[in-house]
Amino acid sequence: MRSRNGTPANAYLFVVFLILYAPILYLLFYSFNSGGTMHGFEGFTFEWYQEVFQDTRLFVIVLNTVVIALLSAAISTLFGVMGALAINRIRRRRNRNALLTVNNVLIVSPDVIIGASFLILFTMAGIKLGFISVLLSHIAFSIPIVVLMVLPRLREMSPTLIDAARDLGASGWYVLSRVVLPFIRPGIFAGFFMALTYSMDDFAVTFFVTGNGYSTLSVEIYARARHGISLSINALSTLIFLFTLALVVGYYLMNRRGNRRPGWGAPLP
Amino acid sequence: MTGRTRNFYLIPYAAWMLLFVAAPIALIVYYSLFDIEGKFSFTNYQKFLSPIYLKMTLYSFWYALLITLFSLLVAYPTAYALTRTKHKQLWLLLIVLPSWINLLLKTYAFLGLFGTYGLTNAILETLGLGTHQILFTDFSFIFVSVYIFIPFMILPIFNALEDMNSSLLDASRDLGASAWITFRRVIFPLTLGGVKAGCQAVFIPALSLFMITRLIAGNRVITLGTAIEQHFLVTQDWGMGSAIAVVLIIVMALVMIATGERKRGVKDA
Repeated sequence: MRSRNGTPANAYLFVVFLILYAPILYLLFYSFNSGGTMHGFEGFTFEWYQEVFQDTRLFVIVLNTVVIALLSAAISTLFGVMGALAINRIRRRRNRNALLTVNNVLIVSPDVIIGASFLILFTMAGIKLGFISVLLSHIAFSIPIVVLMVLPRLREMSPTLIDAARDLGASGWYVLSRVVLPFIRPGIFAGFFMALTYSMDDFAVTFFVTGNGYSTLSVEIYARARHGISLSINALSTLIFLFTLALVVGYYLMNRRGNRRPGWGAPLP
Repeated sequence: MTGRTRNFYLIPYAAWMLLFVAAPIALIVYYSLFDIEGKFSFTNYQKFLSPIYLKMTLYSFWYALLITLFSLLVAYPTAYALTRTKHKQLWLLLIVLPSWINLLLKTYAFLGLFGTYGLTNAILETLGLGTHQILFTDFSFIFVSVYIFIPFMILPIFNALEDMNSSLLDASRDLGASAWITFRRVIFPLTLGGVKAGCQAVFIPALSLFMITRLIAGNRVITLGTAIEQHFLVTQDWGMGSAIAVVLIIVMALVMIATGERKRGVKDA
């Protein structure tokens, strides 16, 4: 069957790949166009890259985005690990599943709903829209993801490991830091990484809770794209693409290295 | 041991969930019961039942349905072809890679690709089909949405196909089934869980995406998501926006229940 279906299947895959990558390559290609439009390549230039690097406002926005991503990923990893430990400790299956359902609410909720409801929440609580509100919302929607990445590792862990540590006289904290946390480390890394990318990728939630004056990259791109085509967005997207590529390749390699140890692979998102 | 170790990890996690899952939902329901003057009433829901909103809801569903259907039609063969390649994991990573790139940048790329002088029109021109208005049409909206969602449909289907026991296919063939019968009676039913997961991952966001409608469809296509954004951020009628959000939450819950049996079937197997 493979030999019979091989060629058409591969041709189909090729077309899908072409369509998936065409817009990205199109963006990259025209980022070097001196013509200033996304059609009719006139000449090669680095002008748009210069513009991006000289744009201090944009630099601040990139910094905002990175700070929010790192902070929200770190904090949500902390809460998420606690959440996973908590869910794992619940003995009754019914209660555990109920908690998991609540956990998944934010994952399946459309971004608009999360954004709108958080906007109400922050306004009611008197939290000024800006850095804090964006950070809090990113932490909020990242925690459930971390829980989902950590929980499978926890469930894989044999309870005899903990019993053994206890029998040998380890305290609760010692068991956690020397036995449990090292075992679930791949899950924690995967969760942190996912939280990072979710935060950097988010547009809709941030758009709702960002207020005036504070902006992240996604919101900025949206604002600029609404004004039409500007090739500095293209230049910016090339840089982001390279950054994403580095991040994904790094994660992939880290994962592969982890895989060499028996059963140490975090699931690919 | 269960009684001795208190589940103290539960406290921060549960507190966070209460604050950012339960409270926002409660607030959105609460707000939906106040009209624009701040008086308690059911006017928002009455307004929702007017022809304008019902038509919008119906259109929103129709578009989401089309987007889900086309995504499935493209994604299923892709996932199937992927399972037959050598180095599957690498190919899968390449398919998933575009989904890591900021959604807005991809959407923005289509402004160029589909523009009057863009690549698509250039190709149509050379084929002798003439130039067309592609941007700001239903077609461009559905195409771009499908483009965005394809990886999310491919992943669960790919996983389901991978989990399938390949000896079943041999058995089906040995018993004289044609390739089509094997697909219809063996492969498809066995991967239904993945298909449902994929549809769930596409349908709900497709109902609520507003940036694609704004950037690609102009203001031609108005979905539930666009309406919520409009009410919250433009007309400042939070009550009406909340009412639409409540409807969306109910729809989401129904979709989850409809595609929910999968969880029991697949995870315990």
